[in-house]
Amino acid sequence: MAMPRADLAATPVLEMRGIAKSFPGIRALSDVSFAAWAGEIHALMGENGAGKSTLMKILAGAYQADPGGEIRVDGRAVAIDGPAAAHLHGIAIIYQELALAPNLTVAENMVLGREPARGGRLDRRALAAACRPVLARLGVAFAPETIVGRLSAAEQQLVEIARAVMAHSRILVMDEPTTSLSSRETDRLFELVRQLRAEGLAIIYISHRMAEVYQLADRVSVLRDGALVGTLSRAELSAERLVRMMVGRDLSSFYTKEHKDPHERRILFAVRDIADDRRVHGCSFDLHEGEVLGIAGLVGAGRTELARLIYGLDPRTRGSLALNGKTIEVHSPREAIAQGIVYLTEDRKRLGLFLDMSVRENINVDIVEQDARWGGVRDFAAARRRSAAAMQTLGIRAAADTVKVGSLSGGNQQKVLLARLLETRPRVLLLDEPTRGVDIGAKSEIYRLIDGLAKTGVGVVVISSELPEILGIADRAIVMRDGCFVGDVEARDMTQETIIALATGAAHAAAAERAAP
Amino acid sequence: MNTQEGRALDGPAAPAPRPAPDRQAWRSTLQTLGMLPVLLLIGIGFELLAPRFGSWGNLSIVMQQASINMVLAAGMTFVILTGGIDLSVGSILAASAMVAVIVSLWPGIGMLGIAGGLLTGLLFGLLNGGLIALVRLPPFIVTLGSLTAVRGVARLLGGDTTVFNADLPFAFIGNATLLGVPWLVVIALLTILASWFILRRTVLGMRIYAVGGNPDAARLSGIRVWWVLLFVYSLSGLLAGLGGVMSAARLYAANGLQIGQSYELDAIAAVILGGTSFVGGIGSIWGTLIGALIIAVLSNGLTLVGVSDIWQFIIKGLVIISAVTLDRYRLSAGGKR
Repeated sequence: MAMPRADLAATPVLEMRGIAKSFPGIRALSDVSFAAWAGEIHALMGENGAGKSTLMKILAGAYQADPGGEIRVDGRAVAIDGPAAAHLHGIAIIYQELALAPNLTVAENMVLGREPARGGRLDRRALAAACRPVLARLGVAFAPETIVGRLSAAEQQLVEIARAVMAHSRILVMDEPTTSLSSRETDRLFELVRQLRAEGLAIIYISHRMAEVYQLADRVSVLRDGALVGTLSRAELSAERLVRMMVGRDLSSFYTKEHKDPHERRILFAVRDIADDRRVHGCSFDLHEGEVLGIAGLVGAGRTELARLIYGLDPRTRGSLALNGKTIEVHSPREAIAQGIVYLTEDRKRLGLFLDMSVRENINVDIVEQDARWGGVRDFAAARRRSAAAMQTLGIRAAADTVKVGSLSGGNQQKVLLARLLETRPRVLLLDEPTRGVDIGAKSEIYRLIDGLAKTGVGVVVISSELPEILGIADRAIVMRDGCFVGDVEARDMTQETIIALATGAAHAAAAERAAP
Repeated sequence: MNTQEGRALDGPAAPAPRPAPDRQAWRSTLQTLGMLPVLLLIGIGFELLAPRFGSWGNLSIVMQQASINMVLAAGMTFVILTGGIDLSVGSILAASAMVAVIVSLWPGIGMLGIAGGLLTGLLFGLLNGGLIALVRLPPFIVTLGSLTAVRGVARLLGGDTTVFNADLPFAFIGNATLLGVPWLVVIALLTILASWFILRRTVLGMRIYAVGGNPDAARLSGIRVWWVLLFVYSLSGLLAGLGGVMSAARLYAANGLQIGQSYELDAIAAVILGGTSFVGGIGSIWGTLIGALIIAVLSNGLTLVGVSDIWQFIIKGLVIISAVTLDRYRLSAGGKR
């Protein structure tokens, strides 16, 4: 086990000792001890369900630990019996799903729950004045008067950080903060996190992503099945070791790319000059039979918007689509599905799943009309068959297909959504961030599934902000910037560097050369 | 916090036991039963206080009193399942009743009054649905508007007087029985049965739940959300029209001002008592049936026991609030939501 860094104070700012937590019938955490020093970034890793979130919720006062454990702040035992107590001890948590009021301004959000009032009246000018220096310190571009709902996901996250800084927090927990960030935004966030470390905060950084942990962490603790597997210092870090600690086994082949080189085959789906003239300015590409085509780019480059245009979800101003050489008209998702084009949303909870409905119903939503008899009467036997088969082939783990899909883990939810799309036997799949918020095991399974689909001749477009993912599974990558394609990279030329250079515009001249047909 | 069921399986929030299928079935039965225990309790209470309550004659009266509200509440269930609301059903009922009686006065073809009433309801429902589904106005505002406007139309139709038809050709609906069961009750139960069939056995029903549960996801999965909304408001209007025919048949008359006043509130109360979520996506027609019965039993029982009209209002309001409170407590204790 690692010792704290020599230059850190002897007393950890936060110490959790022997923390256990049981829910009726299950032990979520058993005897977890964990310490964080001021001025360090302590990464907390583990698969979904390993207990990271439960541990942090205990720290936040959202859950109470079982008797026996203790939490010490600055060496003094404290009782954290609610969010207010956590706040009092200088603990701030930024959850994966941001907890901001989208209808209020940045400044109002920064002081939410502790508004500086004068005689019950909110003094907006004083408030903005108080917030401005904090925002300036964080190098933020927007004004405190901005309505939070108008900000991008990355900017909203900065608001959360600003809120923690504003409250003079000393312990900052960040739960997968880069999930919805592009690589440039991630870099900026990292800079900021390092700045906060230099200012003496203890930062607990929860993440699945190896690369991030490498870049940031001073120490890494790994949880598995509710127990602490170990803590590694920076010097002890290795990817293999971390994966082994997290999964408890070796992941020999994480990415799967076994399907054949598709360029021999014919063009399956052709997109020509499609645009909405707001976020997408004329994009053309060919998708071959059995090809996995990656679309890389920064968040906001217009990748999701492009997919939505193709899928007929948003109106387009020009452009045409051709499937198997024949021009097709797609102006609504319904028409797209009928043509065999399906779209996996990047936001499965908000735009994808019906969380209150069962796994079975979710899998059958798109296909139910085809199965129906007598002009719309459901065929329940078919629905059962379909969901049972899909759960088997996709490896969806649920107690039964009658449980609500909202009760499943992220990975299993994503598989349910994929299963729903696959039931319609699509020929073209548009997958938008297919492994977002999914644990390592499920990720690997989704890659294998995509590979398997390509083998059957389906064309797959994978939009991803994770470059290793595109490098790992795609035959070819298109890079998008500001609503336009700026490069087309073949598998043999694909490296993180070439793609990032294209996405950020750093290699514009070179990109133009390479993109020229 | 959702400690019991939580995020079951290997979810990040609170790993919790996966409910065994049989336990789940039991829980879902309990949820389906919903307010049935409350209904039985109230029934037993009245039986103890007023022995006449439990007689067949009285129970038949209760059912008849519940029948029109049941029909309205069935339509309301569809609407609320999509996350909407229909405040105009009382007014539509009045306009439909007026049309039904007026048409029934046409010599020889008086039976067309039934069709007239139904069509009137359907027409106003389509109007509501069109504004909500196609113009995309908020349901509350659209139906609040038609609550007032259609009431006006109802008064206009009869020149603001009561229209009578002592020889109403379809009076049997309101007063005769089929194999000993009043026609009103037969119609109400058939409506409930048909609603169940649509909601649980058809593609359309699944889509109604889908649209209520997550309209954005519904759109992405190729569901024509506008069509579903148009359907539920049209159906609600049609059923309000049916309610109008039933009212007219019972009274041999209709008055545009008085008939169906604040019926929408009883219908909404029945749906809510039945455990249907106001946000949409969760609920069942059986809950609505029980909700409507609770309201009818309360009115009837309190009258039998001799409680004054004023106190009936107060007690009914309190029962609705406490029943829903109890329901929420029961569900959260059971781990749902």
